[in-house]
Amino acid sequence: MRFRVLAAGLTAGFLTLAAPAAEAFCGFYVGKADSSLFNEASQVVLVRDGERTVVTMSNDYKGQLTDFALVVPVPVVLKREQIHVGERKYVERLDAYSAPRLVEYFDEDPCAPQLAYEDAIPMAAPTAAGAPMNEVRRKSLGVTVEAEYTIGEYDIVLLSAKESSGLETWLRESGYKIPPRAAKALEPYIKQDMKFFVAKVNLKEQKATGFNYLRPLQMAYESKKFMLPIRLGMANAKGPQDLVIYAMTRTGRVESSNYRTVKIPSDMDIPVFVKEEFKQFYPALFEKAHAREEKRALFTEYVWDMGWCDPCAADPLSPEELRALGVFWLDGQNANMGGGSQVVLTRLHARYDGEHFPEDLVFQETSDRQNFQARYVLRHAFKGALACEAGKQYLRELDKRHQQEAETLAKLTGWDLGTISKKMGDDAPGKKAGGGKAPEPWYKRLWQ
Amino acid sequence: MTLAAALPRDPRYLQIAFLSSFLVAGVGWLGFDIPVWQPPLIMATACVTQWAMTRLFRAPPVGYLSPLITSLGLSLLLRTDAFWVGPFAAAVAISSKFVLRARGKHLFNPTNLGLVVAMLLTSHAWCSPSQWGHSGALLGWFAAFGLAVAHRSFRSDVSLAFLGSWVLLKAARIFYLGAPWASLQHQLSAGGLILFTFFMISDPKTTPDHRVGRVLYAVCVAGLGFFMLHGLWWQNALLWALCLVSPLTPLIDRVLPSGRFQWPGGGAPERNDACVSVSSQPA
Repeated sequence: MRFRVLAAGLTAGFLTLAAPAAEAFCGFYVGKADSSLFNEASQVVLVRDGERTVVTMSNDYKGQLTDFALVVPVPVVLKREQIHVGERKYVERLDAYSAPRLVEYFDEDPCAPQLAYEDAIPMAAPTAAGAPMNEVRRKSLGVTVEAEYTIGEYDIVLLSAKESSGLETWLRESGYKIPPRAAKALEPYIKQDMKFFVAKVNLKEQKATGFNYLRPLQMAYESKKFMLPIRLGMANAKGPQDLVIYAMTRTGRVESSNYRTVKIPSDMDIPVFVKEEFKQFYPALFEKAHAREEKRALFTEYVWDMGWCDPCAADPLSPEELRALGVFWLDGQNANMGGGSQVVLTRLHARYDGEHFPEDLVFQETSDRQNFQARYVLRHAFKGALACEAGKQYLRELDKRHQQEAETLAKLTGWDLGTISKKMGDDAPGKKAGGGKAPEPWYKRLWQ
Repeated sequence: MTLAAALPRDPRYLQIAFLSSFLVAGVGWLGFDIPVWQPPLIMATACVTQWAMTRLFRAPPVGYLSPLITSLGLSLLLRTDAFWVGPFAAAVAISSKFVLRARGKHLFNPTNLGLVVAMLLTSHAWCSPSQWGHSGALLGWFAAFGLAVAHRSFRSDVSLAFLGSWVLLKAARIFYLGAPWASLQHQLSAGGLILFTFFMISDPKTTPDHRVGRVLYAVCVAGLGFFMLHGLWWQNALLWALCLVSPLTPLIDRVLPSGRFQWPGGGAPERNDACVSVSSQPA
């Protein structure tokens, strides 16, 4: 069992919000590539300030609810008050706000008076829960049940274990279907004195909630460890897994300290037909970038102050929404205090497998507050009549621009240049853009 | 040994060549988050500080090779979102060689101190030790080892003692945890570790004079760094560890005295008198 992505609905395009001029991008926001474009992508919200951490794990588990189970190594035994069942809509909001985005511009009439324009979480799938195990048996396996709670629709057990094989047996005997290599993956966590957060669905409570999906589990704790355990999840994974991490801190951007963290290619002009194919474009771009980094890097897709956005794929989250996701330091104040927001969001995207990611993800907070977004630009050609000299010049420039856009797209996605040109239609390089005469032969201006 | 004979006597030329190529690769191919003007600004500040401090302390001029190495190290490791942090770190690094001295030697590796002070005192500095990626780091190890072997003045005993202890500690931890061995290879393929091993802890001017002392020093740094990383979960643990162990050098030199290091082909011999005196060769 693996987490699946949330399907966030696309909102209609809208005009960007007003933003500080120095960093204004303008353009019309037209679409976003949210995490639903990736198969079986887990989403985790990490809120971190000092040693205080709040983790929200969202999943859209599609199978039988009786089969659902989650085993997460955690640094401490969590008290009941440290565990919470959250709302999925807040994770969806965060996803929408930070998603890679498409913006468009419309060229102005070059013949008109000139105006300036610019530019997995570890888990194991159980069968139906088995009968409760007696105390003697637990002790013989070296497994201690540190706490048991029913919170919302989840039955939660916090375990500590002395040896991995005992823990594996315990989980099996308690009705969890553990993958064959689980003990090997569990061992390092036991040796590091980590505890295990085990959750399954309480069907009665689940019915009472009236939801037909599982709400995200949240936990709050203090630990020096700023990391995400991914190794356990790889034990039963068939292929690479996608993980989108939304990290929120007070100080700045978050990056991995044990894997290369790179910015996803961004801020490029691409052909306008991608407007219809954005859902194919972004996953192809990600795949290409991932391969170029030899499958060993994490990608930064977004870094922004929670105070604003430009262009906005969705509005910034309100203090209430942020609080629901675990941002504990706002204390009723506005998220946007004079001089900058108190919340910096980093969206990281990892595609990992056992071969290329041999250890868990460790993070560090940096003091970097520079904004970054995955943003791709569509520039629509001016389609009106072009009688003036400036118009001719515009058409020559336009053709060069279309050539450049096609090449950029091919480079970003690995798509075939010929196919791209075909899809560009009237915008294809070498064709006359904006209607009218065929392009000037190359030699015509040679001896002028 | 024909290769060694063909190399310049002063290994600092090789260090500069290596660090420059690493920087060019980092900015050109690996997309390091360094604005192009930052390395020149750091270099200029380091050289001006060296010049000013030499005059202020009436020290004999010793050229600008060492400040260049310090600048390149800072350019490679320091990340900042404020333009003044790079020059600030460079000024701290170079000044420390003149100000913080004991027994005629400066106490701290300048690059190390510049990084640590910038991270401690400003809220605009951080290090990104994993930014080289796997293959970049592999090439780096190859080149750094090659240089060290080709040029014996690299004082490779410190590097090797540190690396040996570090790998042993890491391997022991992986063995104890039962974690996959691939993670050892992953942990060693970090560009920051190469720079630390061959261009920071190995600095002949701040390491103990006696070989036994140097090995002891290297093992202490590895041990403390390991504890800070895996016991305390500090990031950039090796930088903190080196900074904390460095003040032990005068003590080790007192217990295990030996001849003072000179850069081959360098200027006047080192004065070995009182603590307040300024060395002829701040590196």
